[in-house]
Amino acid sequence: MTTSARGTEQGISVAAALRFLQTYAVAVMILVLMVLLSLSSNSFLTVQNLINILNQNTPLAIMAAAMTLVIICGGFDLSVAAIFAVASVTAAWLALNVHPYAGLMAAPLVGMLLGFVNGLTITTLNIHSFLATLATGLVYRGIAILITGGTLLPVRLDDFTWLGRGRIGVVFYAVIVLVVFAVALTILLNRSTIGRKILAVGGNEEAAILSGIRTKRVKIVAFSINGFAAGLAAAIATSRISLGQATAGTGMELEAIAAVIIGGTSIYGGQGAVWRSVAGVFMLALINNGFNILNADPFYKDLTTGLIIVAAVGISAAGRRR
Amino acid sequence: MAAGTEVETGQAARAEASAPCISLSGVSKSFSGVEVLRDVSIDFLPGEIHGLIGENGAGKSTVGKIVGGYYSRSSGDLMVFGESVTQWDPPLALARGVAMMHQELQLVPALSVAENVFLGIEHSRVGFLVGDEDRRLADIAAFAGFDLDPAATAGSLSIADQQKVEIMRALAREARVIVMDEPTSSLTHDEAERLHGVMRKLRDRGCTIIYVSHFLDHVLDVCDTVTVMRDGAVIRTSPAANETKASLIAAMIGRPAADVAYPPLPPEPDRTGTPLLSVRGLVTSTGVRGADLHLWPGEIVGLVGLVGSGRTEIARAIFGADASVAGMVTVAGEVYADRSPRSSIERGLAMVPEDRRKQGLVLTQTVRPNITLPHLSAFARFGLVRAGAERSEARRLIDYFGVQPGHVDGEVANYSGGNQQKVVMGKWILGDPRIVILDEPSRGVDIGARRRIHEFIGETARRGAAILLISSEIEEVLGLAHRAYTVSGGRVTGEIVPAETTVDEVIWRLFHEQGADKAGATA
Repeated sequence: MTTSARGTEQGISVAAALRFLQTYAVAVMILVLMVLLSLSSNSFLTVQNLINILNQNTPLAIMAAAMTLVIICGGFDLSVAAIFAVASVTAAWLALNVHPYAGLMAAPLVGMLLGFVNGLTITTLNIHSFLATLATGLVYRGIAILITGGTLLPVRLDDFTWLGRGRIGVVFYAVIVLVVFAVALTILLNRSTIGRKILAVGGNEEAAILSGIRTKRVKIVAFSINGFAAGLAAAIATSRISLGQATAGTGMELEAIAAVIIGGTSIYGGQGAVWRSVAGVFMLALINNGFNILNADPFYKDLTTGLIIVAAVGISAAGRRR
Repeated sequence: MAAGTEVETGQAARAEASAPCISLSGVSKSFSGVEVLRDVSIDFLPGEIHGLIGENGAGKSTVGKIVGGYYSRSSGDLMVFGESVTQWDPPLALARGVAMMHQELQLVPALSVAENVFLGIEHSRVGFLVGDEDRRLADIAAFAGFDLDPAATAGSLSIADQQKVEIMRALAREARVIVMDEPTSSLTHDEAERLHGVMRKLRDRGCTIIYVSHFLDHVLDVCDTVTVMRDGAVIRTSPAANETKASLIAAMIGRPAADVAYPPLPPEPDRTGTPLLSVRGLVTSTGVRGADLHLWPGEIVGLVGLVGSGRTEIARAIFGADASVAGMVTVAGEVYADRSPRSSIERGLAMVPEDRRKQGLVLTQTVRPNITLPHLSAFARFGLVRAGAERSEARRLIDYFGVQPGHVDGEVANYSGGNQQKVVMGKWILGDPRIVILDEPSRGVDIGARRRIHEFIGETARRGAAILLISSEIEEVLGLAHRAYTVSGGRVTGEIVPAETTVDEVIWRLFHEQGADKAGATA
């Protein structure tokens, strides 16, 4: 009797430790990295360097923030990079042929439409989102190439580039967009009915169905939001480099998923937080920045990132097994 | 060799001729403190078909799973071919020639018959398959007398043919003991007959078959020896020739009434008006083959039946969790077609599912969001959840059921079974439903939670709701319900009035009806 009670107590404290790691590991690691980098280089802890890191990573952070919802919902989205590309070339094309503002506004809407198509594909065909978005990603990338005909679309219009380049004081508009978007998603996830449903569907789909939740709609909403975010990220990035290109965003889907996982969102669904995914992006960015500043062998950069992802997934799986 | 003490003369004579191949002595088994097997001693002899029978929860399946290595025993000895075993799990059991056939068959649907039979024991040469499976299969099929296309995919076969593949799988591993857990539950009468033919042939070639079943006719038809269990203990082991259906049922019943006080029954409902819930001719692809039932306001109605009789499936079809093929459901006189959980909740139905962890709770969330999940929109304004209103409602229900610990945002995943069940009950009572379906509401909960759940059932009926109570414990239904329907083979077969019957009579009736039902299926 006593041994079993002790066993459960231990189980609970292990669980609590795992939960703490899942929740705050990313914040702790960011802190450690910042201290280490400040100590080892003078050029790290400068306003300019920090602002640059923040600004450069806003598009990815926006995508990771929304990817959190999809992963909490029990899915994956491999098509966001391709959605980013379609939104990028659509924005550039509209900016050139209609109006720069039309381009900037169309990008998130096009993204949301493609995300909606993802959600519809997954729920009507009843296939895993991993496979569905692998396929739709290829289709979307093809559409992006069709729109441009394979050429680049330079847009050197001030009405178009302000979003990516403009700033108030030292703060870029893009960073403000990121903060507003991340706060909005946090409220959506933690305070709204749809957020509650996303958590329930990812946590236990069968219980959600029996509770009268229309799980298909919930998934479609999550994927639509994710598409919207990819489009928004594309508007910012395209505006910043004033260039629409069909190959834009390649690899971002995996970076976004990696950031979400490093942030401690469970890969099994049902648990997670938006701010941690954004933190995950900045942690990846700090590692990157650190290697540049310290002139270290870039081989170790991928190795380090990979090991951190393995550790994050390991913590997630350990939390699941108990 | 420790011969079983309860073995009667016929078997004792044979026990002298041959030592038991599997022998349990003094085996007990507990699941989280609840004892499900008590001091069980059974000898299984070489070359016999040995039936294990008993009421729901008597422990017959548990014995099968201990022999097959799927459960470990809490105490007692397990002897296998004369050796006492300490380490015992399914792979070890298989290596020693003990195979288990589960109720849910465990084949790989996309692989062929031959590939399934030899899965994991394919002949290979330097890592490449030799590809002699078809020839090896032909030998085994000839031995067992089966005629299956070796290239057919397992998923395309009927249940009966899939069972043959499972049997060949056991034979391919040179199993000398095969445990079959309810193998005939999804077979037609003819298919069951044929399976029995195969079992006899295997026995004649020296195999021992442990046949766990609640179909008494089947057991009497094919078994050499029968062990009757009741309440986790062995009542007797005797030659099947000495038993009749009546003698077996008599051995299964007669359990002394448990010392449980049930709360007073709510007043008899008025059955002259429109029923609150009417179900006529319900048929589903999940195994409901004709259900008719009526519930009046303020009435507690039980559904009793043996495990696998289709009780849960009837409940799920009414609630819209499974699609129905035919039949009509009316709620307060209004036809309710196109059923789904969503519209059931809107119409004031609630269903507490049988598995609280898999179907009832979102374990990644705390108590509060779990309780409000079916009625989230009632707590929302402009799409945002009003946390204050939600908290106070969760608080009210936690106090009403006495959930411990009583935190509104407690981690329900770490709660005891009884408290988890109270949370599920709270979740479903929140909208004051007028029809409440309870599927095994008190299974695996402690005495206190059980009493609270029983009180709740009475309170809910008193305020005018109709309650459909499914329970494997016949006593519980008789103690709580105004009326009960018996369910067998996916059909509602009759009606009982608890005040006019006893647990023994109901068990008697269930085991008899199931025989009648099987006969009906062949006619």
